Amino acid sequence: MKTIFEPTKGMIPVDTSYCPGCGHGIAHRIIMECLEERGSLGNTIGVVPIGCAINAHHFMNVDMCESTHGRAPAIAAGIRRVHPDQVVFTYQGDGDLASIGTAEIIHAAHRGEKFTTFFINNAIYGMTGGQMAPTTLIGQKTTTSVNGRTVEQAGLPLRMCEILSQIDCAVFVERVMLNNPANVRKAKAAVKKALDIQDARLGFTFVEFLSSCPTNWGLAPKDALNYVGQNMADYYPVRNFKTPEGF
Amino acid sequence: MSRVLMKGNEAFAEAAIRAGVKCYFGYPITPQNEIPEYMSHELPKAGGAFIQAESELAAINMAFGASASGGRVFISTSSPGLALMQEGIGFIASCEVPLVILNVSRGGPGVGGIQPGQADYLQVTRGGYNGDVRVPVFAPSSIQECANLIYECFDIADEYRNPVVILADGMLGQMMEPVELPEARGITPVEKINDERPWAITGTDNHPERNVVYSLRLDPQVLENHCFDMFEKYAKAEKELVRWTDQGLEDAEIVFVAFGTMSRLCVEAIELLEERGIKAGLIRPISLWPYPNAAFDKIGKNCKVVISTELSMGQMITDVKTAVQGRWPVSLINRTGGMVPSSIEIADRAEKALKEATK
Repeated sequence: MKTIFEPTKGMIPVDTSYCPGCGHGIAHRIIMECLEERGSLGNTIGVVPIGCAINAHHFMNVDMCESTHGRAPAIAAGIRRVHPDQVVFTYQGDGDLASIGTAEIIHAAHRGEKFTTFFINNAIYGMTGGQMAPTTLIGQKTTTSVNGRTVEQAGLPLRMCEILSQIDCAVFVERVMLNNPANVRKAKAAVKKALDIQDARLGFTFVEFLSSCPTNWGLAPKDALNYVGQNMADYYPVRNFKTPEGF
Repeated sequence: MSRVLMKGNEAFAEAAIRAGVKCYFGYPITPQNEIPEYMSHELPKAGGAFIQAESELAAINMAFGASASGGRVFISTSSPGLALMQEGIGFIASCEVPLVILNVSRGGPGVGGIQPGQADYLQVTRGGYNGDVRVPVFAPSSIQECANLIYECFDIADEYRNPVVILADGMLGQMMEPVELPEARGITPVEKINDERPWAITGTDNHPERNVVYSLRLDPQVLENHCFDMFEKYAKAEKELVRWTDQGLEDAEIVFVAFGTMSRLCVEAIELLEERGIKAGLIRPISLWPYPNAAFDKIGKNCKVVISTELSMGQMITDVKTAVQGRWPVSLINRTGGMVPSSIEIADRAEKALKEATK
């Protein structure tokens, strides 16, 4: 019988700890599919964040380490110095990357670190129970902005792709979204491209995923996907910011 | 081995290179700046990698990544920088990853000053990290001893899979002394990493099982078991890593307890007291954790007072009192904030303490 589908060997065949409708599972899978398709599963080292995705090392079938909160890019820089030939990536959420870890992500980009960062932006702190993130939208209700985020109280949401694309040694910067199958395919293409550019050692590579957190947004999974496609994509333009010549 | 005259900080950096360091990550902070400077031009020549980190937070985490993936890693900082690294040290210990950290310490608290100090005693022996962690700490009193310790501590860190701290007060970093540097032993090639460190994350093609370096244990029973396991290692360390030197304890009336630069001043003070007809001895802890309690059992019958002699407001004195166990009065001679007493000042204050104790 002809096999028409099989799960990627990049994912360990266990149930994930993620909620129904959460984007982490999709992001994990497309990253791992890309690594498998290019034959990189055996020579990849990944760094997981603090946040829901700290559990990623139970699901991603590659060598991994945890990190202190926000410091994954520093850890990956250390790994890269020991392993010049491996594929190295960090996987980070918005509290981890855009709040406590801003210095590390900026300076990883600034040094042109030859690894890829996958940034899951779901506009909220998931693991700690739904507090406001730097990427929380204006008006969005969280447990630390119960009447909705205001500019006066918390400023405007931070756009990481726009910030990082200003840095010369960040050579590939793209924002994608995980709200429907067509966009998931585009997201996978961005992941593949980031890894190819990492292989070419041209500089720092960065993919931001607009993702959903139905549990802490208080939305049904389907409504959460609509929120990504409408509200989040309104503020966070989904596009390529930077690609090196030849890619 | 060749004998050369070198500034402390440069000798420490060279000793680390010869110990086979693959990576050094540093952030400028006085009085240890010669170490990142030296590493930036010498480590790449030896086949290693240098990054000037954006902060001490980044430096300690770069060190974690490099060591978790199997590289031999050295970092250095000074007191406030070490305070910034504390979370990382506890995390690295919890992940059971080796690391050698040199603290060329200065006067505190806060930003403090840049002159030598020993007020990091509690910071290095008790730490600012959360949770049940112990970190072996060694305190050299000469450039030679520090260079030897740096070389050796990589093996200790590897054996125990734990961070190890060397506490060298700023005086040692900034002065010059003759030093014999150890032989270079070379960097472990990347393809040999898992032979030496089977747990290291190098890519699953390089070892039989997938490797994960982690700290999170949400099940309290699993976490408790992890702490029990770590404390088995620490119990072994308490047996095997205790080090000190002593002199004249058998018939001493005064016993100084001092480490690092202060111990050298005490040796001079002991000579001054001898001229005054007073017998004094010295316990010089080299391991600050585990503390050399056994040294105190060598103190003889003539002892009237034990004096903790420190460049702080009195931090080691707690460990001295624990080791003394009420057998003799314990007194403190100290300067702090970067002030260093003369050997005459120490002798005078010791004589006064002896009179108080025998009143």
